[in-house]
Amino acid sequence: MTNAALVVDDLWVEYPARRGVVKAVRGVSFELRRGETLALIGESGSGKTTLGLTLVRLLPKVARIKHGRILFQSDGKTTDVLTLSAESLRQFRWRDCAMVFQGAQNALNPVLRIESQFLDTAKAHGLTDVAQIKERAIELMKMVQLDPARVLSSYPHELSGGMRQRVLIALGLLLKPQIIILDEPTTALDILTQRSIIDVLRKLKTQLDFSLIFISHDLSLAAELADRVATLYAGTIVEIGNVFDIFSHPSHPYTLALTRSVPTVMGEMHELASIPGSPPDLIDLPEGCAFHPRCPFSTRECQIEEPTLETVGQDQQAACWHWRDVKP
Amino acid sequence: MTTTSPAPTPIVELVNVSRQFEQRRKLVTAVDNVSLAVAEGEVVCLVGESGCGKTTTGKMLAGLIPPSAGQIRYNGQSLSQMSAAEFQRYRLAVQIIHQDPYASLNPAHTVFDILSAPLLRHGIVRNMSNARERVRELLRTVEITPPDDFMEKYPHQLSGGQRQRVSVARALTVKPDVIVADEAVSMVDVSIRVSLLNMLTRLKRDLGVTFVFITHDLAVAKHFAWSGRIAVMYLGRLIELGRTPELINNPQHPYTRALLSAIPEADPHITRTKQRVQLRSMDIPSLLNIPSGCSFHPRCPLFEQGLCDTRVPPLTDTAQGTQIACHVIARDQAQAQAHIQETHMS
Repeated sequence: MTNAALVVDDLWVEYPARRGVVKAVRGVSFELRRGETLALIGESGSGKTTLGLTLVRLLPKVARIKHGRILFQSDGKTTDVLTLSAESLRQFRWRDCAMVFQGAQNALNPVLRIESQFLDTAKAHGLTDVAQIKERAIELMKMVQLDPARVLSSYPHELSGGMRQRVLIALGLLLKPQIIILDEPTTALDILTQRSIIDVLRKLKTQLDFSLIFISHDLSLAAELADRVATLYAGTIVEIGNVFDIFSHPSHPYTLALTRSVPTVMGEMHELASIPGSPPDLIDLPEGCAFHPRCPFSTRECQIEEPTLETVGQDQQAACWHWRDVKP
Repeated sequence: MTTTSPAPTPIVELVNVSRQFEQRRKLVTAVDNVSLAVAEGEVVCLVGESGCGKTTTGKMLAGLIPPSAGQIRYNGQSLSQMSAAEFQRYRLAVQIIHQDPYASLNPAHTVFDILSAPLLRHGIVRNMSNARERVRELLRTVEITPPDDFMEKYPHQLSGGQRQRVSVARALTVKPDVIVADEAVSMVDVSIRVSLLNMLTRLKRDLGVTFVFITHDLAVAKHFAWSGRIAVMYLGRLIELGRTPELINNPQHPYTRALLSAIPEADPHITRTKQRVQLRSMDIPSLLNIPSGCSFHPRCPLFEQGLCDTRVPPLTDTAQGTQIACHVIARDQAQAQAHIQETHMS
């Protein structure tokens, strides 16, 4: 626990719906190590966005956190984000932990110049030295490879999608948070723009001291940026480990299937393997392991009891009864 | 170059096609002087970033919008010279599958309604019982089984992957020769995308349908069109065209090179050691203000003043078997060629 910036412990989140209870996050535990980049990878309905929103407690009102702790560790002190008062929560967000949401287009105020958005954010968190904030904004703009003079005096609609995404990353870094959460940071951006965001993030990581969680459906982004990767399926982490291990010898059948279903540009032409069936219904989950109806390794055991994460390698854990048999 | 030219009678062909739109009282050129011949049974992928004109090109191919200039030919006949009946036959022969299956299926119609309407409208089936039989067959073709469980469902009761399969089935109702698939697999999840791609590949093989496959994803293009060709577009122009293996493994145009080098790969070893092409600018020019000459020149690492910014480069053959629109590379290759001939002579 000593080296972790954030510890998530047995987190459960649900949404009530007409048909029943949507179990969006089911018993998720992981650590975000100080300074690392952790990728949360999952398809739609895997619970990845709910998990991200829970970390900064921005869930919609109907959502219920049934159980769990989110321990934020800083300067030897540990605080449970789930027990913070409204005011301390407001300070926690942005100052300690910033989140950049999916759809950068909509996250900026359309009627304010970028510079005002920096000033407003800083003021809301008690910073009043305008000159100092402006200086910091200029510095951050340069770090994300934007022209400070032009961009700070622009309105959001005058910027491209990739520029807005970079503005949001810079805005997230304004108060020097220890943790940044990015939700789908490159989705819906063109390839060359994606590349510039990836390069900016990589550079920021070497220049500044923060830990990064990014949430994505895109395995190649994880391959690019992550130190560790967690695969989510049906609201739970089914595998977590070092990025090189996860890609070279995945130990959960779902991770294996994902890595084999993504076409690559470089390298040999290989057959793409599809994953049979469709993603599970989070209201009516299959008995046992949620992946068993789609899993080629499934046995009777898998239909009865859901496996939990166990150590399968030096820095790799998987939740599968048959992880020893999972081979590419 | 014989390797890149398709069979003698293209099934559909764009000849110097341009398309303009009016935007804020200004003319925007979405597609600029594109020529492309697609042979029967061939698969051609149109790739490029947003705003490159790939969707507009697809819509023109499907006869949904007319070109502002140039000709579209179907089996050698120009669309503009077709009679109303001929044009209708063309519209049936070339079907389009749209990107968003949530928007392209009528939410108030059942799967059976959606698929039986064109069958009845175009007299492909005689009566309702024939229609049911044919709809069942179509659903099996797109691997929605058992078909009877799905016929009475509405689009909102289907998953994204199933919806896109219904869109494909609808395109197949009228037995088209050509399918234009516009980002047909982009909106579905990774685990579903492959089975959709594999299904389209099977259709291509089993039904002999010609495919024009539009995508922003070069990895998907590579896998779908390995036996066919890829056409790369940039700001409305075709800038590289060639057989897929050559184009992917040995791209010639600086833009294609930049794109291929920028794509993140789902393998940490490969993606972190990939050589990147550095561009001079990250800004994508506006279609309202397209740069002079080669429109890629403000970003191009090979830019030469006075050459690249003056004339639009034509599509020319390269020694590598692809065709590219680049002054610098064309000149260098011509010089190398001349040099070889000189040394042979002496």
